[in-house]
Amino acid sequence: MDDSMRVTRGHGLRLRDAARALAAVLLLAAVATGAMPSVATAREAPEVGSDPAAERHMMQLASELRCLQCQNQTLADSNAPLAVDLRQEIRELLAKGQTDAQVKEYLVARYGDFVLYRPPLKSNTLFLWFGPALVLLAGLAALFLTLKRRLARLEAAQSNQELSDAESQRAQRLLEKEAEEGSLS
Amino acid sequence: MSLSFKSLGFLLPLVVFLALAGFLLKGLWLDPREIPSPLIDKPAPEFRLESLENPGRQIDRKDMLGKVWLLNAWASWCVACREEHPVLVEFARSATIPIVGLNYKDTRVDGMRWLAQFGNPYVTSLYDEAGRVGIDFGVYAVPETFLIDKQGVVRFKQIGPVTPELLHEKILPLIQRLNA
Repeated sequence: MDDSMRVTRGHGLRLRDAARALAAVLLLAAVATGAMPSVATAREAPEVGSDPAAERHMMQLASELRCLQCQNQTLADSNAPLAVDLRQEIRELLAKGQTDAQVKEYLVARYGDFVLYRPPLKSNTLFLWFGPALVLLAGLAALFLTLKRRLARLEAAQSNQELSDAESQRAQRLLEKEAEEGSLS
Repeated sequence: MSLSFKSLGFLLPLVVFLALAGFLLKGLWLDPREIPSPLIDKPAPEFRLESLENPGRQIDRKDMLGKVWLLNAWASWCVACREEHPVLVEFARSATIPIVGLNYKDTRVDGMRWLAQFGNPYVTSLYDEAGRVGIDFGVYAVPETFLIDKQGVVRFKQIGPVTPELLHEKILPLIQRLNA
């Protein structure tokens, strides 16, 4: 009886540990995605615009656009000649009263979706957008099934260990009988 | 059936791993610098630029309608252009279609010197000092080459140097098809 109790308790502990570890992972993931920098801070390029508010607006928009010459930098960070030109282009388009969406459209028409750091939701980007969530769900489902199966197996093992009174009396009798026969032979 | 499925279940992680490895392997052969141009099968952007050699002469998109032609973005400061240039000079000799240069963010003096030194495969070069036409064509790394058809539609774009292999395997067959 004591043994079986220990098994049950140990099992509960493992389940709880797994749940706690999972929660920690999820929390970490949430923090990591939430803390992703959305606005670049580096600004070394000389600023040509005279109006600081307009310049800020331009830089904020440029920080969501990819520099094609140095692909892991935004148009806001990069000092590549093309990035400088494109910042000037954005400055002029905004000064003409174009909206952020229009400016993005202008760049996408020339360089493709690749200039956008946030890819648009399209049929060919569905997996990009939802793939990670699907993988996470599949992982959770696998974890859940595995834990459930393990729990069932442990419970089965535990119920096998517990003998009814009648069974233990019978076992006792058998053992005694064997001992007698052993001593006889 | 269910028994054999269950007994093979342990292979599932291996299958997932192999699929992932397959994608990563494919990724090794992809060049992240080759960004598919949104201009393919779309009308080439409007342009109106002075000729490099002949400052008074303006060339615009309409001048090139009715023929299949190549637009090759180059610059005297571009190292890869030197590698590509002999291929273009050789191609121009056989002269099946005109090659127009787009002298990108260069100075007239440097551009002219470069052509004098390495040969001039272009019927003319458009002088794009500010790089504005380059931006309209989505040029982000010279050399880049566009194949434009009789209706002024962009049919093919090469990012990086044109090689003899590319010329013979891709561009020439395409020119034949567009001229047919």
